[in-house]
Amino acid sequence: MISSKLRQKWAVTLLAWSVALLLAFPVFWIVLTGFKTETEAISRVPHFFFHPTLENYQAVGERANYFHFAWNSIVVSLGSTFLALLLAIPCSYAMAFFPTKRTKDTLLWMLSTKMMPSVGVLVPIYLIFRDTGLLDTKTGLLAIDAMLNLPIIIWMLYTFFKEVPREVLEAARMDGAGPLRELYDLLLPLSMPGIASTSLLAIILAWNEAFWSLTLTAAKAAPLTAFIASFSSPEGLFYAKLSAASTMAIAPILLLGWASQKQLVRGLTFGAVK
Amino acid sequence: MATVQLKQVRKSYDGFEVIKGVDLTIRDQELTVFVGPSGCGKSTLLRLIAGLEEITSGDLLIDHQRANDVAPAKRGLAIVFQSYALYPHMNVADNMSFSLKLAGIPKPERDKKVMEAARILNLETFLDRKPKALSGGQRQRVAIGRAIVRDPKVFLFDEPLSNLDAALRVRMRLELTKLHRQLRATMIYVTHDQVEAMTMADRIVVLQAGIIEQVGSPMDLYRYPRNIFVAGFIGSPKMNFMEASIAQVLQGGSVVVALANGATLSVPAVDGMAGAGDKVTVGIRPEHISLASSDGISAQVQTVEHLGSESYLHLNIASGELLTVRINGETTVVPDQQVQLKMEPRSLHLFNKEGSTMRSLPTSTA
Repeated sequence: MISSKLRQKWAVTLLAWSVALLLAFPVFWIVLTGFKTETEAISRVPHFFFHPTLENYQAVGERANYFHFAWNSIVVSLGSTFLALLLAIPCSYAMAFFPTKRTKDTLLWMLSTKMMPSVGVLVPIYLIFRDTGLLDTKTGLLAIDAMLNLPIIIWMLYTFFKEVPREVLEAARMDGAGPLRELYDLLLPLSMPGIASTSLLAIILAWNEAFWSLTLTAAKAAPLTAFIASFSSPEGLFYAKLSAASTMAIAPILLLGWASQKQLVRGLTFGAVK
Repeated sequence: MATVQLKQVRKSYDGFEVIKGVDLTIRDQELTVFVGPSGCGKSTLLRLIAGLEEITSGDLLIDHQRANDVAPAKRGLAIVFQSYALYPHMNVADNMSFSLKLAGIPKPERDKKVMEAARILNLETFLDRKPKALSGGQRQRVAIGRAIVRDPKVFLFDEPLSNLDAALRVRMRLELTKLHRQLRATMIYVTHDQVEAMTMADRIVVLQAGIIEQVGSPMDLYRYPRNIFVAGFIGSPKMNFMEASIAQVLQGGSVVVALANGATLSVPAVDGMAGAGDKVTVGIRPEHISLASSDGISAQVQTVEHLGSESYLHLNIASGELLTVRINGETTVVPDQQVQLKMEPRSLHLFNKEGSTMRSLPTSTA
């Protein structure tokens, strides 16, 4: 007889696999479609077995300069993450170690800005970008991505910093360390795993950000999200080419995420269980 | 070294006062212990001196210089925390030399000071270990070493032994006392453990609810508690208290009190402080009660605790009050036995309705 515990374990395993497959299937299908011909790609009967071809990748390569977009994506995601960390570290430090009556409210308020639909501020931001000459610049996109991710980065760092014993920093203060020393010599090395996973998440979020990159960039500063979008063009649907472009766009970040999944999981679930 | 003076020091959080006007002078080279129940403000007082909390009002003087607005590191004090608060990512030597590095002291000199402290604390062989590879006692010694290398004016200890097991605590207590003699340093030591206070202190400051109840040498506090709180807090097992009323005021500084069970005792008291009929509390320490063959206060033994060298009797007297008596370890007294108790008049303490002592105190106890 199978014990109820074992049955439960099987059920959970089955559920986990189903959810994982459900989530991964679209990505898998995109990768697969990228190697099909256009006819196979739009065929009513889904083809699992076919002769893989690289012609879509060739076509994509001929039509657009992948490396130009990729470079923009790299600059924007790394740059925005760096900028956001630069602002968030002192901010989280202050909130974690010198809290006031309003610290919790401030944190909640910051997070609440994430609940607002981006399109709600499209017009003002567009006008600001136009007037300051930031349209279609990497700097502009980098800045907006940094601001976009700032609340979540501050929240995560705040949680990580909270884990550092207050007395350790007080000891450093007694030893003669000023706030910058405290940050540099103690807080940063002590919360490095947390900062690493926060950075990874910020890079991924910036890499995948599409709304603002599509609206605020055109040719010069367009990242890979714009690269994908350029294949869903009005000339007609080219599923296979679109899939090939998508694969090229998500491959780097997928690899990064896969390589660093341990860090990511730790970062996202940190503090959830003591 | 240095003196520390507190003048009407107050501290409040969001309008709630936790330190309520403390006046205190900590003398040069003395080991002063702040003791009191948890929440009495002793750690807060230490943190105010350290500069880790801001003083709401009043003055803090270190070596006669006002230090309220001096940054913690500039006050010339070093603190040892209960949790040790070592830097987990640095080895023992780096932990100890961190302050010297920040002060810009050249490496050879830093190394020399670290070696010196390590020698005093027997840490020479651990210098390149990380804190996580050390035992609790060793970590505590590193924390003390970190204080020593700074050559501070005053050492501050915030319950440094609370995280250690009982045996280690006793050993570290002795080591700290030795260290105090060796360094001739001014030290302020916070603890909730009155045994630590009694055994280590040159002077004890007893705190309760943000005010100082009494300051004095351990034996002064033991002999001449100023009020019922100090009387009950200092000494282990704690002092026995019995409700009583004044039966007669005698000439020459004593009164006769009647206990609730009808027995009468003659107790020393300051002239004019008591009138016949006043409600009072009589206190006597367990070690000052002895068993008599007859003519004493009769009591019934409830339990006997044998500690080997001594025994504690827990007794009921006729009034229903419970007394603890400390007697010889070889006693043959058994539970339910009736005994007679003898109390020496000069060992009795008398407290008025407000809880203040009615005995005269020597001038050395503030």
